[in-house]
Amino acid sequence: MTAQPTPPVPGAKPGAPSPLSVRDLTVVYREKPVLWDVDLEVPAGQLCAVVGPNGAGKSTLIKAVLGLVPRASGQVWFFGQTLTEARTRIGYVPQRGAVDWDFPTSVLDVVIMGLYGKLGWFKRPGKHEREAALRCLEQVSMREFAHRQISQLSGGQQQRVFLARALAQDADLYFMDEPFAGVDTVTEDAILKVLHELKGHGKTVVVVHHDLETVRAYFDHLTLLNVQVIASGPMDEVFTAENLRQTYGERMMTASLPITHRG
Amino acid sequence: MNADLVIIVTAILVSTAAALVGTFLVLRRMALLSDAISHAVLPGIVLAYWLSGGERATLPALLGAAAAGLVTVTLVEWLTRSGKVKNDAAIGIVFPALFSLGVLAVSLYFRHVHLDMDAVLYGEIAYAPFNTLALWGREIPESWLVMGSLTLLNLLFVLLFYKELKLSTFDAGLAAALGFAPGVLHYALMALVSFTSVGAFQSVGAILIVAFLIIPPATAYLLTQRLPVMIGLAVGVGVVSSLAGYGLAIWLDASIAGMMATVAGICFALAFLFSPLGGYLTTRLRRERERLEVAARLLVAHLAHHERPVSEQEVLAEFGWNPAFLRRTRDKALQEGWLEVLRDGMRPTPSGLAFNKTRFAEDL
Repeated sequence: MTAQPTPPVPGAKPGAPSPLSVRDLTVVYREKPVLWDVDLEVPAGQLCAVVGPNGAGKSTLIKAVLGLVPRASGQVWFFGQTLTEARTRIGYVPQRGAVDWDFPTSVLDVVIMGLYGKLGWFKRPGKHEREAALRCLEQVSMREFAHRQISQLSGGQQQRVFLARALAQDADLYFMDEPFAGVDTVTEDAILKVLHELKGHGKTVVVVHHDLETVRAYFDHLTLLNVQVIASGPMDEVFTAENLRQTYGERMMTASLPITHRG
Repeated sequence: MNADLVIIVTAILVSTAAALVGTFLVLRRMALLSDAISHAVLPGIVLAYWLSGGERATLPALLGAAAAGLVTVTLVEWLTRSGKVKNDAAIGIVFPALFSLGVLAVSLYFRHVHLDMDAVLYGEIAYAPFNTLALWGREIPESWLVMGSLTLLNLLFVLLFYKELKLSTFDAGLAAALGFAPGVLHYALMALVSFTSVGAFQSVGAILIVAFLIIPPATAYLLTQRLPVMIGLAVGVGVVSSLAGYGLAIWLDASIAGMMATVAGICFALAFLFSPLGGYLTTRLRRERERLEVAARLLVAHLAHHERPVSEQEVLAEFGWNPAFLRRTRDKALQEGWLEVLRDGMRPTPSGLAFNKTRFAEDL
């Protein structure tokens, strides 16, 4: 971490490295590859979906990129920087089920947690953080829930609280793990609204998504993943019957899947 | 120095130190791990005792205990992660193994020295006034110095790292993503649990320290949904248990530490039954009230369909209620002013009829 890394972004404009650049990323869990030799280039300012069947390693991709699970190999750059250097520019929305919603805390408190990264060690959140968190709750129409206990929220409301917390992180690159899973239509609309606001502000969002029906309408960029990257690029180029068949189809051995890079 | 005072202050220090770290153990669902740690520190103490040349020194004992505690946690995690053993079984395997190592070492090599197994297991807080040391020219109880330092250490840890502890307990993934090293905090917390366990050895013993680590926070968890309040209540329950436990133990001439843990257990039982946040009995009572209210509405709705008063027999036949339940339902409706009882049956009042027209969503 001493020498400045040079991001190997082919064709990247000088001075504008990709928000996320992944090279040769492999994650192994108990001798089985969960992700195999993943290369990924995420374009700036776009809504990017990562789609694939169950067990394809979609969540693991996010976690490995963020250093939450150990990598067997591979390099990751954010805006041409290492994770440590770029940490405050990265926002993360874990799966709703990843936390204990009986934890004794309020909605506002959870949103303020998004600001902890900017605060750093020891420093306590104060009035400024509370106000910023309230504004984020406003954006997801959850302001009147600010002082509720999180145990009293519905699934959709939990998701919106997580979203508000991500907004509080005020990042340039967001990772969201299945935000649309099992939410009501009000929440789905709220998430979409936030995604478009983020995009409007030039942010990049990488979303693990499970629904092939909506993926085309919601996102600009698509990565099809099944342990390996099947295809990655602009939605119209990648969302093809052939690519989907290769991702989901016919119980193919993952090791024999051909990798087709486009875009 | 007053012996009562020495014992009570020692107990309050033990329960405060334990409640501070115990709160996070409970929230992290690691309550059982404290049981493991409190037993497994024994070989660490024995080793430290041996290394320091048979001196009964506090600092090496603390360090040895912390090392043993961390070995326990690491072994449990390693076994669990291997995927061959579940977490509860891993705990059940590791701590008896380490504890028995300690027991063996004591029985083989330290027979002649003062490492009394009874004291290790049950502690003897009643001896606290006899162990004093001179500090700045004054005699102070050793237990005050040891437990006072540990209470201060735990308090500093929780105060300084409150935000980081909260985040890594609630959402370790985000804590890691934000760069807060949840793993380091985890092991620091475990080291403090080990410190606290060994510090409390002499006063309450290896078994009852678990009561002080877990029961007060578990009680507090039932009483509040705010973390700072939970920590405060946990300390409060610990202090109350210490005071009341001591009083009762003297009165009944019973084991002091045992009585303190018993009082803590009683506190938990009371919170479990009567907590305003869904205590067992509180919930039962509320459900009963709601059931009666719905039944009363049902009764009024039924009466509203009839021009003439309806007899109790007809209502019983209609709903299949027993007479006692009908009586309580009727009384509830009467109390609300929804119906009146005439000679030939029950009839809704105008307010009952008006109420019958309101929608459920408006008043529930």
